[in-house]
Amino acid sequence: MNAPDNVLLDVQHLKVHFQLPRKNIFAKASRVHAVDDVSFQVRRGTTMGIVGESGSGKTTTALAVMRLTHITDGSMYLGDTDLVELQGEALRQARARMQIIFQDPYSSLNPRVRAGAIVREPMDLMNIGAPGERDGRVAELFKKVGLRPEQQALFPHQFSGGQRQRIGVARALSTQPELVVCDEPVSALDVAIQAQILNLLRSLQEEFGLTYLFISHDLGVVQYMCDEIAVMYLGQIVEQADRISLFTEPLHPYTWALLSAVPSADPAVRDRADRVRLMGDPPSPIDPPPGCRFAGRCPFAEARCTAETPSLRPIRDGHAVACHLVTDDGVPPQRQS
Amino acid sequence: MAKTLLSVEGLAVEFDTRDGVARVIDDLSISLAEGETLGIVGESGCGKSMTALSIMGLVPIPPGRIAAGRIFLDDEDLLQASEARMREVRGNEISMIFQEPMTSLNPVYSIGNQIAETARLHEGLSRADAFQRALEMLVAVGIPAADKRIHEFPHQMSGGMRQRVMIAMALACQPRVLIADEPTTALDVTVQAQIFDLLNDLKDRTGTAIIMITHDMGAIAEMAQRVVVMYAGRVVEQADVDQILTDPRHPYTQGLIRCVPHLTQNPTKERPPLLEIPGVVPPLTQLGSGCPFAPRCQYADAQCRAEMPPTKAIDDGHTVACWLTEREAAA
Amino acid sequence: MSDSESTTQAGPPPADMDEIFVEHPFRQFVAMYFRNYAAVAGLLVFVTIVGAALFAPMILDLDPFEMVDEPLLRPGEGGHLLGTDNLGRDLFIAIVYGARVTMAVGGAAAGITLFIGLTIGAMAGFYRGWVDEVLMRVTEFFQVLPPLLLAMVLVALFSPTLETVAISIGVVSWTGVARLARAEFLRLREQEFVKAARSIGARDRRIIWLVIMPNALPPLIVNAALTVGIAILFEAALSFLGLSDPNVMSWGKLIGDNRDYLLDAPWTVTFPGVAIFLTVLAMSLIGDGLTDAFNPKLRER
Repeated sequence: MNAPDNVLLDVQHLKVHFQLPRKNIFAKASRVHAVDDVSFQVRRGTTMGIVGESGSGKTTTALAVMRLTHITDGSMYLGDTDLVELQGEALRQARARMQIIFQDPYSSLNPRVRAGAIVREPMDLMNIGAPGERDGRVAELFKKVGLRPEQQALFPHQFSGGQRQRIGVARALSTQPELVVCDEPVSALDVAIQAQILNLLRSLQEEFGLTYLFISHDLGVVQYMCDEIAVMYLGQIVEQADRISLFTEPLHPYTWALLSAVPSADPAVRDRADRVRLMGDPPSPIDPPPGCRFAGRCPFAEARCTAETPSLRPIRDGHAVACHLVTDDGVPPQRQS
Repeated sequence: MAKTLLSVEGLAVEFDTRDGVARVIDDLSISLAEGETLGIVGESGCGKSMTALSIMGLVPIPPGRIAAGRIFLDDEDLLQASEARMREVRGNEISMIFQEPMTSLNPVYSIGNQIAETARLHEGLSRADAFQRALEMLVAVGIPAADKRIHEFPHQMSGGMRQRVMIAMALACQPRVLIADEPTTALDVTVQAQIFDLLNDLKDRTGTAIIMITHDMGAIAEMAQRVVVMYAGRVVEQADVDQILTDPRHPYTQGLIRCVPHLTQNPTKERPPLLEIPGVVPPLTQLGSGCPFAPRCQYADAQCRAEMPPTKAIDDGHTVACWLTEREAAA
Repeated sequence: MSDSESTTQAGPPPADMDEIFVEHPFRQFVAMYFRNYAAVAGLLVFVTIVGAALFAPMILDLDPFEMVDEPLLRPGEGGHLLGTDNLGRDLFIAIVYGARVTMAVGGAAAGITLFIGLTIGAMAGFYRGWVDEVLMRVTEFFQVLPPLLLAMVLVALFSPTLETVAISIGVVSWTGVARLARAEFLRLREQEFVKAARSIGARDRRIIWLVIMPNALPPLIVNAALTVGIAILFEAALSFLGLSDPNVMSWGKLIGDNRDYLLDAPWTVTFPGVAIFLTVLAMSLIGDGLTDAFNPKLRER
């Protein structure tokens, strides 16, 4: 695959399926289609957001990119490196180039290791920099993420949630990665603390030219952080666009429903007549039916929606949608009626 | 103005901890009118949930203790009520739903059983009547195929369905006040929207007043008519929801609104950094004599750090506890 | 609130700061343990017994097998604190010397139990899949064998030396530890810090031994304390049945040797029995204390 030069991560037709144990020996084994044929590219120095509800496969996608879960099918390139084929020591070495910031700052730090050692460990394991310089680098990282150098001696439980997430950020940056996967980095934090971490991530991106793959369920956060956004539903990308067009001209009925479901402090938004309320819960990703996966909850669904699976097709420059009902010149279904 | 249903006056709750006495609620006064939704908003550790537990009479004593204040339901002081009377109040007059619907439901009983049990306990209905009531409640909270699902167990339901069951259970005895403590934090946003619609709809139909506890200003905007902003156990600002959202006076309220990236329909290319509230909520055992928010406040001066600001009414129903507003008013 | 935050001092507050205080978790752990009085009592008993076992033979330089007086003297008679047994041996001296063997066998058996159980449990829990299947079937096989009978067979097959006894006890009692270790590993391997370790390039061996193991140990250490008690009971049972090294003195052996005189001279059996009871009780109390000390939820109160 020859990606343009400015593409850092190129994911094509990624599938991650999990086999469930049979209920009994006669039953057919079920498969969880956690990620089903997902393709996207992340350009260097930008932030690609993946947004979706629980069960949408957004976190599994992140873990697959990090090679922290198995991959059923598809290809992933980090620059020129084929991430899917990497095994053993080569994979271990490649991990220095991509790092992850986890959702839960309480479970992502080993409670028995001091903060300084947590940040130093990746450098020791990956053999990055001369051993004598690593302590200095740890102190510098602490400063960069807004912690004091003397706090290196503390254990994770002695920090607040926001501070722990700063340690997580410092650890991720210690290998000087090209790609940083942020898996819901603020959703476990108190509201007043979220801004601190989001601002930090943006200023670090500017300073080091980092590329982020940013996973979140919070549309407000995604809108603030991301340049390019993919909306996932039940393992598939239903809509993908740049930041401005996704929020000003959402095309997929699900995206529209998601945007209208967010409680808004803005009275103008709240009183809009065309807010869509979805019925029911997202169906299970176990053995999904054919056709559009959103058809069961879609207020506009037609017969062909449950028969044919819509593919993600480009509507205009950089804006793609997987819906039969969106016309080729980009008119979403609710505005036709 | 509708009749006041529930009012809390000068409530103070203290906890004995290893590090000394923590005043988790200090001089709290709020009131709830009939058919109203009151939002209580703040970070974790600011006393939101403790306020709810105090009203329910569920503060663990010890290590907790009610140090001062009164809680009136109509004209009855609940803090003076006997435990037997409180059991009657809970469920019959005031009910509560929690954040995590899985842990609040008993896994070994079917949901129909659990709702019916509540109705039997509080209203002395017969077994058949109670079951009928349970079915009605499940229909009322919008559970599809309720006659079949009534026999299901909590683990067979999704998070949204479980929260509906919790609401059905809380409303089984037609309480006059429903306290919802972060009822949608564990749910997806599309499901959250359904629960909000449900609560608003039930409120309109039954007239149940709601106290909604949350950290999400958006949720407050959707649900509440009046808002109480709490910080470190104190009310820092109280007003109608529109006043709070358009004209927040306390720096903490301003921070809470502006530190979260709100979804807008016309995003711009520029993304200015979010307003940060530095630091964290201080431990309640170590509050000094000054405004508890002073260490995190960008406007704080010597007076803020030394003296507690008085609560001041600046507009009809809009009160603020901040030296800034105090000084503006004086100037 | 429960964090160790402290108020920021006057002056411009730096973002998200708290005061520095480095309290090593081990210190907290010790402090927590000493809050539990029963556990402290258990530790005292344990230290006394171990102390006696270690130092008494050095100081006294006696032979516990020596027949010093008439048989079956009552406690106090002839200057023998706890009386004498059926062969005229001083019971007190025999118990003090027996402590050594009993504690050594108990400790060694617990060590073997922990080693086998931990290795098998860790492998099964970490690798899951077919490794788990195979190891758990093996575990179940050992679980359904009657432990005392199996230990008797093992001791009878090989020579009844201390080593054989300790190994036999270890071999029949590791299954519980294995299941516990597996459960802990299954739980911990899903924690994000384990994923984090993998994403910073840690190899399996490091993740198992340096990342997961220290976090899995607390319940296993508690279990080990209880295992020492159980191993002591096992050793007593084997000795009582005559399946122990005839050349070393142990509490079980004392009871076994004197069982025919139970009715005429109950003290000959009672005192070693009390010694076993106290030791096992002490281990159990220590186990309780460790549970409390390891449990961070209780720590905050």
